[in-house]
Amino acid sequence: MEYWSPMTRSALPESLAQIREDFLELEQGDRLFLLLEFANELPELPPRYTDHPDLLERVVECQSPVSIFVEVDENRIVHLHATAPKEAPTTRGFASILAQGLAGLTVDQVLEVPDDFPNTIGLTEAVSLLRIRGMTAMLARAKRQVRERIVA
Amino acid sequence: MTVEVDPSPTFTAFAHPGRLVSTDWLRANLGTPGLVVVESDEDVLLYETGHIPGSVKIDWHTDLNDPVERDYIDGSRFAALVGSKGISRDTTVVIYGDKNNWWAAYALWVFTLFGHEDVRLLDGGRAKWEAEEGEYVTATSRPAAVDYPVVERDDSAIRAFKDDVLAHFGKPLIDVRSPEEFSGERTTAPAYPEEGSLRAGHIPSAQNVPWGKAVAEDGTFRALPELDAIYRSGAGLADDDDVIAYCRIGERSAHTWFVLTHLLGFEGVRNYDGSWTEWGSAVRVPIATGSEPGPVPIH
Repeated sequence: MEYWSPMTRSALPESLAQIREDFLELEQGDRLFLLLEFANELPELPPRYTDHPDLLERVVECQSPVSIFVEVDENRIVHLHATAPKEAPTTRGFASILAQGLAGLTVDQVLEVPDDFPNTIGLTEAVSLLRIRGMTAMLARAKRQVRERIVA
Repeated sequence: MTVEVDPSPTFTAFAHPGRLVSTDWLRANLGTPGLVVVESDEDVLLYETGHIPGSVKIDWHTDLNDPVERDYIDGSRFAALVGSKGISRDTTVVIYGDKNNWWAAYALWVFTLFGHEDVRLLDGGRAKWEAEEGEYVTATSRPAAVDYPVVERDDSAIRAFKDDVLAHFGKPLIDVRSPEEFSGERTTAPAYPEEGSLRAGHIPSAQNVPWGKAVAEDGTFRALPELDAIYRSGAGLADDDDVIAYCRIGERSAHTWFVLTHLLGFEGVRNYDGSWTEWGSAVRVPIATGSEPGPVPIH
């Protein structure tokens, strides 16, 4: 188990560090609206997944139906796809943060993302620690899928 | 002064018909002085995506739970919270929400702990309002703050604690979780974390009646004969029974508490909000597994 430390914090990829900074500089109430912006930005699934829901992995720890799928391309770059209903904007926001924050990262960079990243972006109070667990589970599953893809 | 009750014939058969309002009634009464509409959802952002005009948001977790201890907020925090939403002690509060009013019923139950008299549910909740293309606005409502008296919570009448459940054996318990949670099935695999409790199963002798059974396809409550079939002939409840309902953290069972208390008219129904996250981690309490209730423990 990797524990949070100033070193892992500074090693955070720029995209994720920027997202965290954007949240932390806002007041609690405004953080919800930034999360809503992320929710609205979650891209549609590429057609190859809308036609193949079997490829998607359901994140059962989230209270709402959300599924993710991770691809690793020939340059070892990770792509995270996610889908969640519009009635679940919080879950969509979590997925969108990870999809944007992990976009373009290499396999090694993704695997080095601290497991507790979701707890560090200033949402534990605005959204509650309980709900943040959903994003923690999503990140854990994404990392597990990355490990599976590079073995395969 | 409270707002007149919904006279809809759909509700007259229920024990306390004044506890429900229809979407028609709400459309006709929006903006009536003395009425405050509250949205309470599982999803903390749903209100921000659009809500019934003039409604205020109360979140079950960030507003109603104490931020440190596992308990509800106290009287002074409740007074500050609802006063800031424009709710006075004599306001008619109508609560609606997502997931068949699951969290709305939970909020209503917490309002009841503080003895707020006139608190009602919008039958069908957010889903029915939406299906009927009811109006939504996105701007957060900012009502003028009002004074709400500091009333201490009364946990004795409708709330049960673990010791109350241990002393309750022999009387009816209703487990409102899914059959899989009730039986104790688990799906444990690496990187598939199980959260919440250390043991799986149910409190021995509890009947399993998943909470959603009380809800029809369109999200409204089922009619009285159907509810009677589920809870009386199905789960064996009889008049004068002293009932405790539980789930995982007490939210789904607050919904069942509403059905038993306000629709079927059972008195003294209590919600055990510690529920499985407490019972399933407590030391030396009896647990049954499988789909049968199991015998009453000798205690």
